[in-house]
Amino acid sequence: MRRGLARVFTTDHRRLGILYLYLALAAVAVGTTLSLLMRFHRVWPNAVLPFFGVITPEDYLALVTMHGTLMIFFVLTTAPQSGFANLVLPEQIGAKGMAFPRVNAIAFWLTVAAFLVLISAAHITAGGAPISGWTSYPPLSALPAAGPGQGLGMDLWLVSIGIFCIAAWLSAVNMLATILGERRAGMTWTRLPMTVWAWLVASILTLLAFAVLLAAVVLLFSDRHFGSSFFIPMNDMIDGRIVGHGDGSPLLWLHLFWFFGHPEVYIAVLPGMGLATSLFANFTRRRVAGYTMMAGMLVAIGLLGLAVWGHHMFVSGMNPYAGTAFAMVTMAIAVPSTVEVIGWLATLWGGGLRLQTPMLFALGFLSFFIVGGLSGPLLAQPALDAYLHNTFFVVAHFHLIMAMAGVFGVFAGVYYWFPLMTGRLMNEALGKVHFWVSLIAAYGTFLPMHFAGLAGEPRHYDRLTGPATNFSRLIPLERGITYSALLLAATQLVFLWNVFMSARRGQAAGVNPWESTTLEWANGTEPCRIERGPYEYELPQGEGGFHPQWEAVAKQE
Amino acid sequence: MLIPAAYALVKIGRVAWMPVDGALNGPVIDRLMWWNLMALCAIAVAGHLWLAFAMLRRRPAAKSLPAAVRWILLAGFCAMYTWMALTAQNLWAATRFEGPSLTAMRVEVVGEQFQWYFRYPGPDATFGVTRPQLVNAAAGNPLGIDPRDVNGRDDVVSSVLVLPAGREVDLQLRSLDVIHGFFIPGMRLKENAVPGLALHVHFTPEKVGTYPILCSQVCGLGHDRMQARLMVVSAADYAKWFAAREQAREASE
Repeated sequence: MRRGLARVFTTDHRRLGILYLYLALAAVAVGTTLSLLMRFHRVWPNAVLPFFGVITPEDYLALVTMHGTLMIFFVLTTAPQSGFANLVLPEQIGAKGMAFPRVNAIAFWLTVAAFLVLISAAHITAGGAPISGWTSYPPLSALPAAGPGQGLGMDLWLVSIGIFCIAAWLSAVNMLATILGERRAGMTWTRLPMTVWAWLVASILTLLAFAVLLAAVVLLFSDRHFGSSFFIPMNDMIDGRIVGHGDGSPLLWLHLFWFFGHPEVYIAVLPGMGLATSLFANFTRRRVAGYTMMAGMLVAIGLLGLAVWGHHMFVSGMNPYAGTAFAMVTMAIAVPSTVEVIGWLATLWGGGLRLQTPMLFALGFLSFFIVGGLSGPLLAQPALDAYLHNTFFVVAHFHLIMAMAGVFGVFAGVYYWFPLMTGRLMNEALGKVHFWVSLIAAYGTFLPMHFAGLAGEPRHYDRLTGPATNFSRLIPLERGITYSALLLAATQLVFLWNVFMSARRGQAAGVNPWESTTLEWANGTEPCRIERGPYEYELPQGEGGFHPQWEAVAKQE
Repeated sequence: MLIPAAYALVKIGRVAWMPVDGALNGPVIDRLMWWNLMALCAIAVAGHLWLAFAMLRRRPAAKSLPAAVRWILLAGFCAMYTWMALTAQNLWAATRFEGPSLTAMRVEVVGEQFQWYFRYPGPDATFGVTRPQLVNAAAGNPLGIDPRDVNGRDDVVSSVLVLPAGREVDLQLRSLDVIHGFFIPGMRLKENAVPGLALHVHFTPEKVGTYPILCSQVCGLGHDRMQARLMVVSAADYAKWFAAREQAREASE
């Protein structure tokens, strides 16, 4: 009993990493189920679902809200950042452990608390879950009378996000302190694996972005309960009743929220970029093409990412001159992203890839990064975004670049680091099936959404025909999307089966199964002083040779 | 041979999936969209051919990719991003930096959960004062027009947006309650209606026809039903419609 408790309430970073991954798994299971309900409803709007009944428009909006919140906060923020960094970050930099193990554990349990509060928003409240989307624009989110779920459901959403902000903040403080202060002697900046660079930048973004979100959430809560009017304009009316008594501005929320919301995208995708860089080097047995440039560009993406939030607001009523400024900065961020992609393609160009499952998922990550990323410069143009904003084109864009790229990065990490968690390898054949079917189904789900968006179909609409619109020509397309989404979700059962079977009966991995160079594979043989770079694969002596970072540099060579 | 082919591509430079556009500046936006999509699709395909080549190349190459290739690629991309930023900026500035012409017709758009109202200033070309305390849809005053203000006496409120073809219109967007998104796909026009702000957008409808108006910003449980119609009619039909509305308003007084 006590041992069981000790295993759960642990301050061991590796165990915490696994617990984070379990939490993300729970959240992704719920979030995926919600998305399937939405997909199902779009194609068969009048179907009566078991245990659920017919999905009403407000149910649909509640599904959208919960799906987005779960996926963005509890999957794409927790798994790549907190999950994997806890798993391997201290080892990768040769630290004895995290800088603040207790703070780290507290951050995890606060995240769990936030998750439980969010889930309860959907289940224990009479009005159900909030319906204002994961962005919660006021006054809709500020006034309980504005819709079902905007009462207690919205309060619980705010409490959940508030707790999550504190947790993310604590976790980032711990991670930053670890990276800055706990590196082993000789672990210089240019010897850091690219994953560490990514976690470093993501931690800094977390500190800045979540602090602002927490402030925004507190202000909104205050508007709802303490009579303030940060976001509610004078004479605002709901249902014929005047409720606005101060002179607040809804646009203030948009600025605060997107100041968080855009860096959040990079928090989700940067760790995948770092991991992909490492895997491309490892599975091509080459050095990273232009390491300093690649690391510098990760930092540049992070810095620029703090200054582009207004591209979510081109048609929000923001000053059009500000739109131009944000458009230019947003276009500028395409440059470091392009440098990264060219760097990866240059590493891959020589061929001879070891196409094992972690590598396949890293390649999948790159594929989504290219396809989803390329619609970025298009949406960065206010003149075009004015048409595409809040249509399915945007849904396609961010699901490819953030969700699919992010999740494929997580899969790559799970397949790659599985031996560290269990001492075993995951099944390769099942892994390959998982990869190829997921890749095709993911494209089948999200590519057609570009067409729906170009046709002008808005997000958040639960059915294709309305009083003035008729998107019925999109029904075959929508059906295809739904079938693909079902296939995509079903394929994940192969992954789960592989995880649980391989953990018990998988092939023993041995020490350093992927012939990696970074320190998490050193298996306790780290020297006192690190003398090698992170990617010393390409050796003059011949093929297959490599120098891991735990190897000393010979005095005479 | 190449020149006519390129010309044909420019001429058909329209994304077939987009709805028919009826606005004066619509074709420019559509052409830009088309060029962007073509360029980006081509790059995505090229990137995947590169990936496929790398995956199929079983024997590792002896030499790595020359650094010059990387720099040339990067320069090419930077040129493309600059082109995108500048062309789109010109278009954005043309539609949003400058206000409407002084002769533009003015219409006020008011969003409310879950409907759109359109107010015409009438022959005096001046909107009457509105007061939220007077809002009473059941009594026929959904926007709270103050009856004591003479400017408001000839205002006409409609649930359909009727506009004469070929005349520039200046829309003033307002919302009574929450943020709504005013979206006319057929006019390539979108701007939020934000409570507490009066935002202006202007455009010129060209083609006679009926176009859907949608709410594009989630605004509550009736969001997907918050739709209206834009009817673009000839100038003569517009005059007839407006006269009929004026008469109906006078008759009800």
